[in-house]
Amino acid sequence: MSETNPAVTQATLVKKAAPKSDYKPADVSPQRRVQRSFAVRLWSIRHSRLLEWFYSRFADMFLLLHPLWRGIGYGRVEAPIKFVEKRVKGFMFDCRMCGQCILSSTGMSCPMNCPKQLRNGPCGGVRANGNCEVEPDMPCVWVKAWEGSQNMVNSDKILAVQKPVDQSLRETSAWLRVTAQAAAAREAAAAPKTGAAA
Amino acid sequence: MTARQRDENPAGIHLPLDPLPGHSSRGRLERVLRRGEFAVTTELNPPDSADPEDVYNRAKIFDGWVDAINAVDASGANCHMSSVGICALLTRMGYAPIMQIACRDKNRIAIQGDVLGGAAMGVANMLCLTGDGVQAGDQPGAKPVFDLDSMSLLETVRIMRDNGKFLSGRKLTTPPQVFLGAAVNPFAPPFDFRPIHLGKKIAAGAQFVQTQYCFDVPMFRTFMQKARDLGHTEKVFVLCGVGPLASAKTAKWIRSNVPGIHIPDAIIKRLEGAQDQKKEGKQLCIDIINEVKEIPGISGIHVMAYRQEEYVAEIVDESGVLKGRQPWKREIRRDDQMVADRLDHILHDEITETQVDMVKTAH
Repeated sequence: MSETNPAVTQATLVKKAAPKSDYKPADVSPQRRVQRSFAVRLWSIRHSRLLEWFYSRFADMFLLLHPLWRGIGYGRVEAPIKFVEKRVKGFMFDCRMCGQCILSSTGMSCPMNCPKQLRNGPCGGVRANGNCEVEPDMPCVWVKAWEGSQNMVNSDKILAVQKPVDQSLRETSAWLRVTAQAAAAREAAAAPKTGAAA
Repeated sequence: MTARQRDENPAGIHLPLDPLPGHSSRGRLERVLRRGEFAVTTELNPPDSADPEDVYNRAKIFDGWVDAINAVDASGANCHMSSVGICALLTRMGYAPIMQIACRDKNRIAIQGDVLGGAAMGVANMLCLTGDGVQAGDQPGAKPVFDLDSMSLLETVRIMRDNGKFLSGRKLTTPPQVFLGAAVNPFAPPFDFRPIHLGKKIAAGAQFVQTQYCFDVPMFRTFMQKARDLGHTEKVFVLCGVGPLASAKTAKWIRSNVPGIHIPDAIIKRLEGAQDQKKEGKQLCIDIINEVKEIPGISGIHVMAYRQEEYVAEIVDESGVLKGRQPWKREIRRDDQMVADRLDHILHDEITETQVDMVKTAH
């Protein structure tokens, strides 16, 4: 995180100017967020293909554990899984816990880090150097997403038009939701007559 | 003098046109584009006032030169009269406004309400935008909403129109009949993604697109080439954004302060070398129009002459893009004219009329 970066960035100036006690609605107004380094996030995007491969294995494993999750109860495992997911994805992608992860469709660049939270592509304000219009020292999330997606096997997933964010799913585990949905779909496919159990 | 104009409802200029097969709106702009005519749109500089005359006066200078007028939604995140308000005024007068909807200030609940309200007032064209960030405007402390993005907004309005439903699935008794637009910026990175991004917008519902200011024609040509190769130009009407630069100084200021506008050095050099920079800026705009109108797949131009609106007519005229066609022009009706003349006579001419005199003159 703490690279030797002597240049004073816009974000540092903002941070210094704002009194420490000020209320900062961290998840509401992303513009206010102050971030010093994008190194880990950019690493993840550079290694999007590796992460794509890893995630598909990981999702399979989670699906295999479906009986366990169901045994304990999805509601009860939610809290600990969310705790882990938030920290792991927070470190790797600066995840904002929207609860409806589309990282594999956006080249492993989290679109919720875009100050406009665009989930379908860049806005028209991208600077000539590829940085963000709103946060001048942040590389545009979507410029990076396009680069990342081109490394991936499913590079055309970026073409899908994404639905608007369901704000009621914020701060919930996307991993568990995807697993539960996949399990339900599998059960529905296996036994079309009997309705999928929850 | 009162011969009906081509795209006008005989029952009243403020009323929607007859529905045509294959048309999704009952507006003038869609008719012009679908007839294959070269369309001209422009932007109304929204007033900072509550006086409707300000809107009418600003619209009047475009009379007979443009097919539709964009009613901007707090462009550049600066506060002005709302786009819904401007549209309400313009539709009353028979103009064809393009209602811009930005995602910055309203969430999906407000936006869907405005779409219905706008359509009910007779707005036939809606342009779905993401909107500039609040940091760009005069009130950077505002809360940025961005509940939808331009793509999901397009899809939302399309669902309302084609499926007759709100995003929630609740039914509409009368769906809005609108011609859907989007904005594209071929002049900002990631360049190779931009044409694909246009494809996404078409998939989401865009029927026409207006581009950002084009000052770099070769770059635009490359973009259009790619868009054509992907087959996008058959599915969408592309209006190229153009506009005059007031001076080299303004150009430099725009380049460094307005996000998303790309002005090559050659343009600034050309302006700097000119005697009359304002005139040169206008000429430059005409030259660019003449170049882009030849690009295959271009259906029209969108002239953005911020604070130089009086030049729009000249630019359109001198570039000759209309090829002699005259877009709809607001004309005062005969009865209105009679009332106005009569009032003028009574109020300003030094006369005292009695009923007896009036009867005498009538005979």
